[in-house]
Amino acid sequence: MDAIAFVQDQLNPKKEIPPFRAGDNITVNYKIIEGNKERIQSFKGDVIKRQGRGFTATFTVRKISDGVGVERLFPLYSPNIDSITVHKSGRVRRAKLYYLRERAGKSARIREKRI
Amino acid sequence: MKGIIGKKVGMTSIFEPNGKQTSCTIIEAGPCVVTQVKSSEKDGYHAVQIAFGERKEKNTPKSLLTHFSKAGTAPKKVVKEFRDYSLEKNSGDVITCDIFAEGEEVDVVGTSKGKGFQGVVKRHGFGGVGESTHGQHDRQRAPGSVGGSSYPARVFKGMRMAGRMGGGKVKVRGLRILKIFPDKNYILVSGSVPGHNGSIVLIQN
Repeated sequence: MDAIAFVQDQLNPKKEIPPFRAGDNITVNYKIIEGNKERIQSFKGDVIKRQGRGFTATFTVRKISDGVGVERLFPLYSPNIDSITVHKSGRVRRAKLYYLRERAGKSARIREKRI
Repeated sequence: MKGIIGKKVGMTSIFEPNGKQTSCTIIEAGPCVVTQVKSSEKDGYHAVQIAFGERKEKNTPKSLLTHFSKAGTAPKKVVKEFRDYSLEKNSGDVITCDIFAEGEEVDVVGTSKGKGFQGVVKRHGFGGVGESTHGQHDRQRAPGSVGGSSYPARVFKGMRMAGRMGGGKVKVRGLRILKIFPDKNYILVSGSVPGHNGSIVLIQN
């Protein structure tokens, strides 16, 4: 095992992450620490990008909040992520959905994948 | 001062107990062998000479072979000296990464990556002279004036100009030791460290 894999294996939390990809609609429940209190906030939106490998991987979730596009980037293996729920898997033809940033309303929808 | 020689392995990131993601560098540090102890009586200054890495006997000069055999060790690749070593060491002693503790602050010395011949904008952070429009061309990354013409009628020594960049000795101060793996000789320090992967670095404080 090479050094980086060894260190990651030793230090990073092993946790179950549901499979999801760009275009999926998910909710990320993440912990917020305020002073010494901890609470859970959720962020629901479409995954527009997954980036990186191994324990340094991140993903970006985009949602429209009060008519304003909001994007949040999460480290996939962050201990502050309480849970991830996948609602819908989208039918998209790209790995990075940056084109959604230029769109609004109907054209910014992602078709649902039918299985 | 105490210190150890190591090899930069690569970078990654870990999550600290408070959930914060921190970038870190893995350094394979030691085991090093003390090859000579210099004293102020004999050598005029106090220092400890340590050696690190493997080297084939057939590729080692005879004079070095004798030097290493005095310390009772196989030939080593890198030999470095630390002045005023704070730990009591004798010739032939082995120094491992456990001379440091987790959470300790250290300095890391290495050789920075060579950048080749670079202009003043990259090398010294100049802003360049010209603009891209208003009739100007080929002045955007120029150094500008280097001095007066009739007085002083010369260019001052040390004027920052284009030239070779990188490949020099660089010390990074105040890095935190995040984790030590004694059985693998790995030291994790916060942040980045000069040089490319596989280059020799000194960890000291």
